[in-house]
This record gives sequence, structure tokens and C-alpha cells, in this order.
Amino acid sequence: MADHPSNVSFEHDELNDSSRRNALVAASAAGAIGAAACAIPFVTSFEPSERAKAAGAPVEADISGMAPGELRRVEWRGNPVWIVRRTPEMLESLKVTESEVVDPKSLKPYQLPTPPYAQNQARSIKPEYLVVVGICSHLGCSPGDKFTPGAQPSLPADWPGGFLCPCHGSTFDMAGRVFKNKPANANLDVPPHTYLTDTRLLIGDDKKA
Amino acid sequence: MATADKNIGTSGVLGWVDQRFPLTSTWKAHLSEYYAPKNFNFWYFFGGLATLILVLQIVTGIFLTMHYKADSAKAFESVEYIMRDVPWGWLIRYMHSTGASAFFIVIYMHMFRGLLYGSYRKPRELIWIFGCLIFLVLMAEAFFGYLLPWGQMSYWGAQVIVNLFSAIPFIGPELSLWIRGDYVVGDATLNRFFAFHVIAIPLVLLGLVTAHIIALHEVGSNNPDGVEIKAKKNAAGIPLDGIPFHPYYTVHDIMGVSVFLLAFSAVIFFAPEMGGYFLEYNNFVPADPLKTPAHIAPVWYFTPYYSILRAITSDFILWGLTPFLLVFLAVVWMSRGTKSLSKLIATLAVGAMLVGFLVLDAKFWGVVAMGASVMIFFSMPWIDNSKVKSIRYRPTWHKYIYAAFVIVFLVLGYTGVQPPSPVGQVIAQVGTLLYFAFFLFMPWWSEMGEFKPVPDRVTFAAH
Repeated sequence: MADHPSNVSFEHDELNDSSRRNALVAASAAGAIGAAACAIPFVTSFEPSERAKAAGAPVEADISGMAPGELRRVEWRGNPVWIVRRTPEMLESLKVTESEVVDPKSLKPYQLPTPPYAQNQARSIKPEYLVVVGICSHLGCSPGDKFTPGAQPSLPADWPGGFLCPCHGSTFDMAGRVFKNKPANANLDVPPHTYLTDTRLLIGDDKKA
Repeated sequence: MATADKNIGTSGVLGWVDQRFPLTSTWKAHLSEYYAPKNFNFWYFFGGLATLILVLQIVTGIFLTMHYKADSAKAFESVEYIMRDVPWGWLIRYMHSTGASAFFIVIYMHMFRGLLYGSYRKPRELIWIFGCLIFLVLMAEAFFGYLLPWGQMSYWGAQVIVNLFSAIPFIGPELSLWIRGDYVVGDATLNRFFAFHVIAIPLVLLGLVTAHIIALHEVGSNNPDGVEIKAKKNAAGIPLDGIPFHPYYTVHDIMGVSVFLLAFSAVIFFAPEMGGYFLEYNNFVPADPLKTPAHIAPVWYFTPYYSILRAITSDFILWGLTPFLLVFLAVVWMSRGTKSLSKLIATLAVGAMLVGFLVLDAKFWGVVAMGASVMIFFSMPWIDNSKVKSIRYRPTWHKYIYAAFVIVFLVLGYTGVQPPSPVGQVIAQVGTLLYFAFFLFMPWWSEMGEFKPVPDRVTFAAH
């Protein structure tokens, strides 16, 4: 059959050589695996580059001279970190909101595990100063501060003061704990942080005391 | 010479080409001898207009890339440079930005035409599927393009949409990191979105548009009466109610194009920002990763789906979605015409969702509902059981259902541009249920009622 190359014809039965068919299938399968493997470098090239991974060093923040009720923003790993000096009324409001938030004990963190020193009602080392990553656990917007209690647009009449995410309306109390029945499902993250002095804060690392 | 055997009816230069390339035959097959129904109305302008806008977007886009810089430190500035310093740059940029909104207006009209006249029904299912894919790809194209000016809305819009993927259980956070290429939306994200916007997605779009038109020309166009014109042909095999696309509809479409360009130019010259709807005011502020603007909303064409995303809360899952799905399941089981296999599949799907409601949180279901609200269009050819294609011969109350659907779509669009509020949320939640009810209950309501007799030939009066 195949011994007559000069007499090339494409009769059906002449092509029906099962051993060649198997070789064809095997070769195609091997080729397909190779082609699929070629996707690996392209897909992997989407991952954060070495440079992006290296960026993310801890940052220092100066908290001297903060007025009660003041919020300062510092950038850490490209994200906003808020430092809020809370008034006694703000801290008092946490007792009321304790029962209105999803996760009062911060057992289900968003992206960062809650450091042990923040596993308390005020979610902070010093109750007066709140340090949280200002990124909403819903879809990553940065909530705005709505510290004044009472009724106002997009907020309930008995608003105790806290944060409102402008994107999808999630609300957080003065300790960054998310209220029930909101799109967001987790509290604002508390980054690892430590006090270098009374007025200097290191954000991103809690080992270098 | 093998080519001499070809029977072509042309000679000279054209004959030389036709021996080697199917020029005349392609021209005939798709234009001068492609027979379209003679009773096309207003709604049939939009397919051609969508093609026109596609060309406009490609041409203006090419010229914009000559001045734009895809670098997070320079992008915002380079767009301002185009607007202020590049000769006529402002016009090219406004054509491109207005073109994006015009594209969606035209596509929504084109899709609505399909709903009205049953253009997705046998044998046109694949045309509809290609069309739905075009719509999806177009949304991706618009989304990628919106990051490029690197304004506040660009930045936070991209942040929200990329984070949608993080709601997927297990792989979500890694997936959104992979899409961004950095821990936050940054330079890496901007560069890859630029590549997608200017080359990858447009290539896919062109391929899909070609497939859409090839499928259309294979089966022939539907028309406002939903009558198959190929059923009645003359001795030469030409549909009695068909007229050649060229010159009849090419000339006809020039009229539509003129009216469109009149409106399009008016927007470009007098209201290119369209009151903040075509170009949002916050996007004239450079991206600031530390501060989300007080009010953020996507561009108008995404807001109905965005409203659905926002509507899904844990309360709503309990008192809204769960009863809704149980009612749906009850209807499936009570319906006599439904096969047992379909009943089983529906039961398993609803059961899986109810279990899922307990296990996974509202954030994930918001993303699912938003995805489903777009993907559900694909099912149209198989969920519409009406005896006739065209709305003209359906029971009159079907028209009210379509009108209600359009109103729900517009209301969802409206609540989507508004800041979140308790009242707006309830409206969006009711709207979400009505939106899905339109599709999920269509297999039953579409076959109910008194249908009107369909004529043998299209209804047409010469002007």
C-alpha cells in the first residue's frame, strides 16, 4: 500500500493505517502539551515583578501634635494607613456599636491577621490612637471619615460616628469594625505597628521595638 | 493554467483579479446580491452605526496613542497635553471619549431591536451569541480604556472592578493580585491595561464582529414582522420581499449616519462631558491612591449592573433572593411542559445556591448577580417560547412586560449613578428581582396569551 510513493492516491482505505493514526494522535498530544506549556511564561509574567515585591518597607509616621478627632494618612505598600486620635466620646461609642458590628472581636480578618495587641475593643495598642489600613474589605475603596454623630446623607439617624465607604455604602465604627448587613464582610485591617517613641510610629513592622 | 477554468463573468483588470481572488463574488454575496427584507424600520439603523463607531474608535484611538504615555507618572499629564497642546488633540480625544458612550447607546438600541423582533430565534442563535460576546468584549474594552487617563475615577473604578475577582472563594485574592501585577493598582496595571485596550481586545472584537456578520449573511436578516423572507422566492431564487443591500440599504444607511453624526457632533462640540456622564468630573483630578472621591460611580453604561452588585446584602439574600429562587423552583415543578431533566437541573442549581447563601458571604453573591445579569442575555434563544418572533404579533400585554423591563433597566441605571442610600438600596433590590424575573420566568410568560395571526409576507407600503 504505502510502498508505492510514485503512485500517490488518496483512496480512503489506503490512509486507514491504524499504527500511523496512533502515531498521529501521540504526536498531536505531545505537541498540544508543549504548546500549553508555552503559556506558562506568559501567564507568569502577569505576576508582581521582583521590584514590586521588594517595595513594601515599613514607614515611620509622626503623630506629634495631633488634635483629638484628627485623622492623618500615611502611605504604606501603596495603601493609605489612617492614624486617628480618638476622643473619649468616640471610644465610648464603641461600647454601643459592639453589638451592631459583624465581628466585634476581629476574628475574621480581611487581608492581614489582626496583631495580638489589637485584639481588644479599641483595636489598638493605646486606646486613644487607632491605626488601620484605610481600604474597605468589600472592593478596595478607601472609606471617608464621618466622625460627627447623627443623621446625615447615606447614613442612619442614630449614626454613632465612624467611616463610610463612598463606593457601596459600607459603614465602620470608630474602631474600623464593619456594621452588620453591609456589602463589606470584614473589619478594616490593623497593620503591624509599634511605637518607636511616644510621637513616632513605625507602620509595617512590630519587631523593632 | 488551472485558474482559466474558473467561470467568472468579468474581464480586464477585474477579470485578472477575479481569477486569483474572489473579489466580485464577495462583493455580490455580501452587498449587491445580499437580499435584505424591504421592511426595515428605524431600529435597523443601529447595526450599521455600531460598525461606523467601531471604525471611528479605532482611527481616533490610533492617533491618541501617538501622544499618550502609558506610565503612571505621566499618563494624566499626557492626556492633558493632548487636550491643550496637540493641534486638534482635544477633538480627537473628545471623539474617542464621546464615541465610547455613543457605542453603548447604539449597542443597547441594537440589542433592544433583537428583543423586540425575536432576532435571536432559530436560525439566528449564533448571531445572537456572537453579539453577546461582542457586548462582553466591548465592556472589557471600555473598562480597560477608562483606566488610561489615570484620573481619580480611573483609579478607583479599576480598584473596585479588579477587586470583584477577589470575591471568588479560595483563588480570589491571588487572582486579583495577578490581574493587577502589583499589590495595588499601579504602573504595572496601567501598562497591561493599555496593551489590552489598544491591541488585544480590539483584535478579538474585530474577529467577533466578522463572525457576527458572516453568521448573519449565512441565514439572512430578520425583520420587524419576524417573517422568513426566504420562504417565498421568485423563479430566480430571490426572496420576493428582499432587496439588494447595495444600493438600497447602503443609501438608506447614509441617512441614518447623517442624523447620527449630527447628534454626535453636537455632543462633541457642545457637551463633550455630558454633564459628568460621559466624562466624570472626578476624572479631571489625578489619581490619588490614598483618597477615594466622596462619590464614585462607574460610567453610565455600566450602572445597571453596578446597581445589582450593590443591591446584594445579607438581608436581601434572606428576604429577597431566597424566596425569589423558591418561587422560581415552584414554578418549574408545577409546569407540565418542563422535562424532568430540566426540573432536576433547576433543583440542583437552586439548591446549590441556597447552600451557598449560608456558606459564602454577600460580597461573593453580589459579584455573581452582577455577572449573571450580563450573561443571562446569552440564554434568550432558549428561554423565549413565544409562538411568533415579532412583538407585533404577540399579545398586547407582552409589550407592557418589555416596557417594564426597559423601565427597570433605566431605574437600575439611575440608582447606580446615585450615592448609596437606604431608599436607593431598596429600589435597586426590587429592580434586581424584577430584572431577573423577566428572564427566569420568560419560558412561561412568553407562551401565554392570545397571539395575533402572522402574515405570509412582510407588511410594507411603498412611500
